[in-house]
Amino acid sequence: MNGLLGALLFILLAPLLGGLVAGVDRILTARMQGRVGPPLLQPFYDVGKLFEKENVVVTTAQNFYVLAYLAFIVVSGALFFAGGDLLLVIFAFTLAHVFLVLGAYSVHSPYSHIGAERELIQIMAYEPMIILAAVGLYMVTGSFFTGEIAASTVPVILYLPGVFLGFLTVLTIKLRKSPFDISTSHHAHQEIVKGITTEFSGATLGQIEIAHWYENIFLLGFIYLFFGFNPVLGIAAIAITYFAEIFLDNTTARLRWQAALQSGWAAAAILGILNLAIIGYIMGGA
Amino acid sequence: METLLFLILFPAVIAVGMLLANQKKVRFAMVTAAAVVIAAASVLLLAVYGMQDLILFAIPSEPVSRILVIIELGLAAYIAYLGLRFRNYLAIALIAVQTALIVAFEFLYAGDLHPVNNLFIDQFSVIMALIIGIIGSLIAVYALRYMETYHTEHPEVRNRQRFFFFVIFLFIAAMFGLVFSNNLQWIFFFWEVTTISSFLLIGYSETDEATRNAFRALTMNLLGGIAFAAALIYLAAVDPAGRILELDQLLASGEAIALIPAVLIGFAGITKAALMPFSTWLLGAMVAPTPVSALLHSSTMVKAGVYILVRFAPVYAGTLAGVSIAMVGAVTFLVASAIAISQSDAKSVLAYSTVANLGLIAACAGVGTPMLVWAAILLIIFHAISKSLLFLSVGTVEQRIHSRDIEDMEGLIVRMPKMAVMMFIGIAGMFLAPFGMLISKWAAIEGFVQAPYGLAFVAILAYGGAVTVFFWAKWMGKLVTVARYRTVVEDGFRQERWVPLYTLTTLVAATVLLFPLISSTLIEPYVFSIYGTTARLSQANIAIMALMLFLLLILPISFLLFRKSAKHLPPYMSGRTTTPDMQFLGSMGVAREMTTRNYYLTAYFGEKRLLPVGTALCTGLVLASWLLAGVAA
Amino acid sequence: MAFLKRSPWLLHYDASSCNGCDIEVLACLTPLYDVERFGIINTGNPKHADILVITGGINELNRDIVRNIYEQMPEPKVVVAVGICATSGGIFRECYNIVGGVDKVIPVDVYVPGCAARPESIIDGIVTALGILEEKRRTMADRTHAKEEIRKGAEAGS
Repeated sequence: MNGLLGALLFILLAPLLGGLVAGVDRILTARMQGRVGPPLLQPFYDVGKLFEKENVVVTTAQNFYVLAYLAFIVVSGALFFAGGDLLLVIFAFTLAHVFLVLGAYSVHSPYSHIGAERELIQIMAYEPMIILAAVGLYMVTGSFFTGEIAASTVPVILYLPGVFLGFLTVLTIKLRKSPFDISTSHHAHQEIVKGITTEFSGATLGQIEIAHWYENIFLLGFIYLFFGFNPVLGIAAIAITYFAEIFLDNTTARLRWQAALQSGWAAAAILGILNLAIIGYIMGGA
Repeated sequence: METLLFLILFPAVIAVGMLLANQKKVRFAMVTAAAVVIAAASVLLLAVYGMQDLILFAIPSEPVSRILVIIELGLAAYIAYLGLRFRNYLAIALIAVQTALIVAFEFLYAGDLHPVNNLFIDQFSVIMALIIGIIGSLIAVYALRYMETYHTEHPEVRNRQRFFFFVIFLFIAAMFGLVFSNNLQWIFFFWEVTTISSFLLIGYSETDEATRNAFRALTMNLLGGIAFAAALIYLAAVDPAGRILELDQLLASGEAIALIPAVLIGFAGITKAALMPFSTWLLGAMVAPTPVSALLHSSTMVKAGVYILVRFAPVYAGTLAGVSIAMVGAVTFLVASAIAISQSDAKSVLAYSTVANLGLIAACAGVGTPMLVWAAILLIIFHAISKSLLFLSVGTVEQRIHSRDIEDMEGLIVRMPKMAVMMFIGIAGMFLAPFGMLISKWAAIEGFVQAPYGLAFVAILAYGGAVTVFFWAKWMGKLVTVARYRTVVEDGFRQERWVPLYTLTTLVAATVLLFPLISSTLIEPYVFSIYGTTARLSQANIAIMALMLFLLLILPISFLLFRKSAKHLPPYMSGRTTTPDMQFLGSMGVAREMTTRNYYLTAYFGEKRLLPVGTALCTGLVLASWLLAGVAA
Repeated sequence: MAFLKRSPWLLHYDASSCNGCDIEVLACLTPLYDVERFGIINTGNPKHADILVITGGINELNRDIVRNIYEQMPEPKVVVAVGICATSGGIFRECYNIVGGVDKVIPVDVYVPGCAARPESIIDGIVTALGILEEKRRTMADRTHAKEEIRKGAEAGS
C-alpha cells in the first residue's frame, strides 16, 4: 500500500518538482554567469509552449518511440519510489533510453544519428557504475529493494564513499551536464546541432522534457539512498550534490565522447570496485 | 523409457531415410513429418517425465557399448581419411591420440566395467530435450526452403542436400542421446558425433575457407575430446567396477574423486562451447549455411558444452578450480561482448554474442551456487530461443538483400516489415527488460553477489551488460530507420519459411509470461533435487515484469493516435534542400547522398586488440583450473 | 493559454552580414542585456525555433537555404530581419550577387533597422515579434478548431 502511494506521488508530483528543479537550475546558472536569468517557472512555460506548437515529424514512428521513452521512464521512477527492486529499476531505465535512441535512429537524419550513437555511448559509460552502486547498496543494507534500503538505519555513505563519488561522476552524464553532455544538453547549449533531440519538435520535444524531469527526480532519489539513515542529511546531500553538478556544468567545457566513456568506466573500476572489494573484505572478515 | 529411445533412434532412422530420399518432394514431406513427430515426442516427454525427479534406466551396456566403440573407430578412420585428403596432419595426430586413448580404455578396463543405469531423465534433461526437439525441428523445416534458395544462389556449390539433411538428423539424434545418457562413455560417443556433424556441416560448401574453418573446429573439439577420453580412463582406473562411470554416481561421489574428471570434462565443455581461447572456431563456423549456425552453433550443440558444465556445477561449487573455470566464462563474456561492438557482419555479431552468453552460463556453472545454476538453466532456454530466431532472420534477410552486413539492413522496417519486427523482438529478447535473457542476467547478478569471489563476477557482468546494450541497440537502430524510398522486398517467401519464424517469435514473448511456470515446474525442482534448496525471483518482480510486457504490447496502439496529425518534413540538413532519397547538392554543386553509419569503435574494441588479451587470459585460467584441481585432489 | 509569448526560442541565421549585426545579436545574450530574462533561448535548430532572426542580405547562394530553414520551423513562427542589409539589402543592394532583403525570399514580420542594429532595438524588435507570434498562434488554434468542427460535422453527416 505504501509502495503504491509512493508510485502515485511520484507520477503526480515528479513533473512539478522536476520542473521547479530545472527552473532553479537555470536561475543558478544565470547567476553564476552574472545574469538575472529567467523566471522560476520558465521550464513550465517552455513545455507549455512546446505543446502549443504545430506537430512536425520526419516519420510518424518517432512519436511512438518518444511516448514509449516517457512511459518507461515513469515506470522505472514509479518502481523506484514504490520501493521496488533496484536492479529492475535500472533495467527499466535502460529500456526507456533505448526507446529514445530508437526514436532518434528512426528519422534517418545525420544529426540525430550521431546523437543516438553518443547516447548509446553514454549508456555504456554509466551503466557499470549504476549497477555497482546497486550492488554496493545491497552489500551494506542486505536488500535490493529501495524501500528497505531507504529505511535501513545503516549509515550507508560511510561504507560507500567511493561508490557515492563514482555515482556522482556518472550522474553528470545522466543529468546531461558539462563536461559529459555529449548526446544532447540543456537549454541554450548546443552539441552537433541538438544531438539526439534534433528531429523532435513541438509536443514530442515537450514529452522528452517531461521525461527528463521525471528522470532527474529519480536520480536525486537515488542519492537519498546513500543517506537513508538520516532524512535531513539526505535532503541536504541532494541539494549540495545538485548544486555541485550545476557548478561543474558552468565551469567545465564539453569533453569528447572518449573522455565520457573513460571517466564512467574508470569511476566504476577505481571508485566502485575498489570500494566494494574493501567492504566485501571487511564484512566477510567480521 | 520408450520415449527416450524413440527420440534417440527415430531421428537416426530419418537420417538414413534422408540419404535415400532423392526427390525434393519426398524430402520435404519426410522432414516436415519427422519434425512434427520429434516435436510432439519431446512434448510427450515433458508430459510423462516433467513432473518427476531423476529416473534411471538400466540398460545392458555391453553390446551397445561395443557397437558404439566400433562406430567410433569407424568415424576416426573417416576423419583420418579426410585429414589425409586435405593434408591436415594436426587433425590426424589428434584423432590418433584420441583413438589410442579409446583403444587403451577398451583393452585395459572395459572388460571389467559394468555400468548399470545407462540412461536417465530429469527435469534438466527434459528442458534440453524440449530445446532440441522443438527448436531443432523448426530449424530443420526452415532449412528446407533455405537450402533450395541457397543452391539457386550458389550454383558453384555441389548440391548435397541429401547429405545435409542426413547430418542434421543424425545430429539431432546425437543431441538427444547426449542429454539422456547417464553412462559417461555413451555421453562421450554422442559428444564425438556432434563434433563430427559440426565438422561436416561447416565444410558443406567445400570452398577452401569452409574446409579450413571446418578443420579448425574439428581440431579444437578433438582437444576437448581427448580430455574427455582421459577423464574416462581416470575414472576407470579409480573405480574398476565402473559404477562411477554413471553420471549420477560420479556427481554423488564427492569432490575428492569427482573434481579431476569434472575439470577434464569441463575442459571438453569449454572447447565445445567455444569459450576463449577456443572462440575462433565458432566464428569460423559462420561460413556454414545459416540454419546450421542456428541449430548447431547457437541453440543446441554449443549448449552441450555448457550442459555438461552445469551438470558438474555441484562438483565445482566451492572449489578454486571451479572458480577458475567460471573465470574463463566471465572473461569470455566480457571480451566477446566487447568485440561484438566492432563487428558489422550480422552473423559475426551473433556468433560473438553466442560466445559471450555461453561464457556467462559457464561462469554461473563454475561458481555453482543454487541461484546461479537456476540462472544458468534460464540462460540456456532463453538464449536458444532468441538466438535461433535471430539466425533464421538474418538468413532470410541475407537471401533477400544479398548482404548480411548490418549497415545494409538499414530501413528494414520499410523494406521487410514483418522480418524487421521479428528481428526487433529477437534482439529485444537478447538484452532488454522484461525479456528472458535480461531476467537471467539479473538473476546471475543476484546470485554472484551472494557467492564466494562473487564481486569479480559482478564487476565483469556490470561492464559486459553495458557493452551488450551498445551493440544490440545500434543494430536495432539500423532496423528501425525509416528511409522512405526503399521498396518492399518481403513477399515471395514460402510458408515453410514463415512458420518457424512466427513460432520462435511467439516463443520469445511467451516465455516471458511462462517463465514463472517453467521455473517452478522444471528448474526449481531440479535445483532442489541437487542442492536441497532452490532459488527464484520474488513474486512481486514477476508481476511487475508481466506488467512491463503488457505495456510494451499495448504501446504500439498509440500509432493510431499519431496517424492523422503531423506535417511531414525532411530531416534537418543544415538548410540544404534534400530530395526524399536524401540527395543534396554539396559544395561546388556536386550531387551527394546522405548516408549514416554506425560506430564500431574499432580502436577500442577491435578484434585485433581484444582477442589476444582474452585468449591469453583464458588460456592461463584453463591451465590454472587444472593445476588447482590437481592440488585439491 | 499563451505560453508561446513567455518562451520564444530563436534561431539566428547570418545571410551575408558583415558580422556587425551578428555581434549585436549575441550581445543580447550577455549579462548586460540577458534576454533569457524573457525566456528567450538561442537554439541552433530550426525545428526547435519560434523566431527566425536573420542578419545580412540574401545572396544567390543562400536563398534556398533561408527558405529551407524557414520551412523547417514548425508553426506558429515569425521572422525578424535585423539590420539594414536584412531589411532591404542595405549598401549591398546593387551588388551583382545580392537578391535584396530577407522579404524577397520569405515573409518578414518585423524589420529592425540599424547599421549595426543596437541590442536595444533588436530586443524591441523581438518583443514586437512576440505579439505577432501570439496572434498567429490564436489564428492557428482557431483554424485547427474550425477544421475539427468540419471533420466532426462530416463524420456526423456520413
